Amino acid sequence: MRKAILDNLIRGIATEPPPVPDAAMRDELARALAERARRTLGRSLSIRAVDAGSCNGCELEIHALSNPFYDLERFGFSFVASPRHADVLLVTGPVTKNMREALERTYNAMPDPKWVIAVGDCAKDGGCFKGSYACCAGVSSVVPVDLHLPGCPPNPTALLKGLLALLEAGAKRG
Amino acid sequence: MSQLLSQIASTKMMAHHRPWPRAAVNAEGWRFAADQLAAGRWVLVGLWGERHAVHMAVRDEAANESAVLSFAAADGRFPSVARLHPPALRLERTIQDLFGLIAEDAPDGRPWLDHGRWGMSAPLGTHGPANAARYPFLPVEGDSLTEIAVGPVHAGIIEPGFFRFTTNGEAVVRLEQRFGYTHKGLENLMAGATLARGIDLAGRACGDSTVAYSYAFARAAEEALEVNVPPRAVWLRALMAELERMANHFGDFGAICNDAGFALMLAQCSAVRERVLRTSDTAFGHRMMRDCLAVGGVARDLAAEGITAIHALLDETGRALPRLKELYDNTASLQDRTVSTGIVTAALAKQYAAGGYVGRASGRSFDARQAPSYAPYDRLRFEVPVRQAGDADARVWIRIEEIEQSRALIRQILDHLPAGDIRAELRLPGEAREGVALVEGFRGDVFAWLRVNADGTLARAHLRDPSWFQWPLLEAAIENNIVADFPLCNKSFNCAYSGTDL
Ligand code: SF4
Repeated sequence: MRKAILDNLIRGIATEPPPVPDAAMRDELARALAERARRTLGRSLSIRAVDAGSCNGCELEIHALSNPFYDLERFGFSFVASPRHADVLLVTGPVTKNMREALERTYNAMPDPKWVIAVGDCAKDGGCFKGSYACCAGVSSVVPVDLHLPGCPPNPTALLKGLLALLEAGAKRG
Repeated sequence: MSQLLSQIASTKMMAHHRPWPRAAVNAEGWRFAADQLAAGRWVLVGLWGERHAVHMAVRDEAANESAVLSFAAADGRFPSVARLHPPALRLERTIQDLFGLIAEDAPDGRPWLDHGRWGMSAPLGTHGPANAARYPFLPVEGDSLTEIAVGPVHAGIIEPGFFRFTTNGEAVVRLEQRFGYTHKGLENLMAGATLARGIDLAGRACGDSTVAYSYAFARAAEEALEVNVPPRAVWLRALMAELERMANHFGDFGAICNDAGFALMLAQCSAVRERVLRTSDTAFGHRMMRDCLAVGGVARDLAAEGITAIHALLDETGRALPRLKELYDNTASLQDRTVSTGIVTAALAKQYAAGGYVGRASGRSFDARQAPSYAPYDRLRFEVPVRQAGDADARVWIRIEEIEQSRALIRQILDHLPAGDIRAELRLPGEAREGVALVEGFRGDVFAWLRVNADGTLARAHLRDPSWFQWPLLEAAIENNIVADFPLCNKSFNCAYSGTDL
């Protein structure tokens, strides 16, 4: 019975969706990403996400990368629970003063080589929270940033593109 | 004068506060209100400060009446409400942190948002020297107790917060939460801002509720300025709010089951959630409909292709939901985890006036769309599902039933959507004016209060997330549950961090 339910569900979603214009681009990106990750790091890519005071909007889109439409893990990318297992640190939020130390400690716990991606407009320089008594001036004011992804929040495709861009830069550097 | 206010011995009515009345009260009146709250006759809607005053929004639910009471904290002190009514506690600690006003005889004088890292204390008040960073957790004594500290960075991709568990073997004997990690100083940024920037910031208070927050902010500002919002905009806002509710409820449904070890449901529900987001994108130009509302109306109109997309979404969710329900209902291993886990008693839900699925799963039927209600919900047909079990299972079912209601609401809105303008012109108020609004977000009622200056800028704005009255219930609900059930229990609440830290 359970199988029937799922077959139905999946078919329901697969057969009658309205057109998805970016599907091809999305798959191409995911494949390119996986290949880059293997070439650069010789294996899959481990990502640790840290919310440094975001509004939670960016987290929702990072989450969406794991849904069946994007299914990031299928290409060998995984979100890991410990910074000690991570290659990439995804940081969201302007970095609140109350999160500064936690972010620094997470960064320091990561092994080299490591990359940092600041995700979202407010992660760049504080964005709309810039100048607040409670915020630092973005992620790069606390830890070195390799790449910033604009958007409020950046959508999953933009996030995939960002991971790819980082790997290209990493490949050149390495 | 309102029935509610007439019960207070000495009040002075304040002009230009809409739609609820606001009255200045003396210490006796303030204490009387705290008594009413403690006795369960009134409900605490909000408690917030400004430089030299504290304000309290209360509701008499039986009479469907609401009011704001203000106390001039002339010597920097006000009588503690939490002393009589515990749900006020964290709000009072916040007032103390932000404004430096002291709640006299408060049961807990520890800071809440202030971690001693802002370089100053009372940033919205007297600007004192920074407080100490050390935070004394509540003492725990007893044999064979273990403490487990979790956070502020968590294993998953979630917001930061700190949880200190005291356990006896597997069982949690106490959970103490500590938050404030995502405090961005939002209300301070709003002070002096234009209304346009104010609504931008409101939409970034709590990412998953961007529509609900900008909706509450817009309505409060429109009340203050007495703006007539064009009918089409009134209906489009409700459409956005129901899409947001559906997206979040689907997301939660899957995530709760995932934390109960049933990843299959997460895969299914997150796919449906993605469809809702894409539909919102097609309809309003943003997956989460951020910045789609404006003071005076909406910033984006709904085009024909959006209507087609939403109809397709209704068909699709109509097919998916019965199957997901059946899958949930017939998976014994899942039910085994959710049924009787993390029970919130009806008494506690009532005392804390818990909104949203937390309240409604524990017998509290309040829904701001129904009462005090607001347009266009006063003209729409819908039911507010209520359950009594108070466990994680009941919180799942409330979400499922609310998705069904949202689908029905969306259909009605599309059927009756008026044509016409989508945004009213704003006029300068010419004098200071105040407005208040309550909007039902997916998590519960979002409260907004603001004062607009004569020149149209914001003097002060306050936003109160429903989670203020839900987080403390999680502390109670987890008691005597096993530690391993915490993630599941926590997800069934899905309280906001940024929304409460601001
Ligand atoms: S960039 Fe936007 S969505 Fe992301 S955390 Fe900042 S305010 Fe929220």
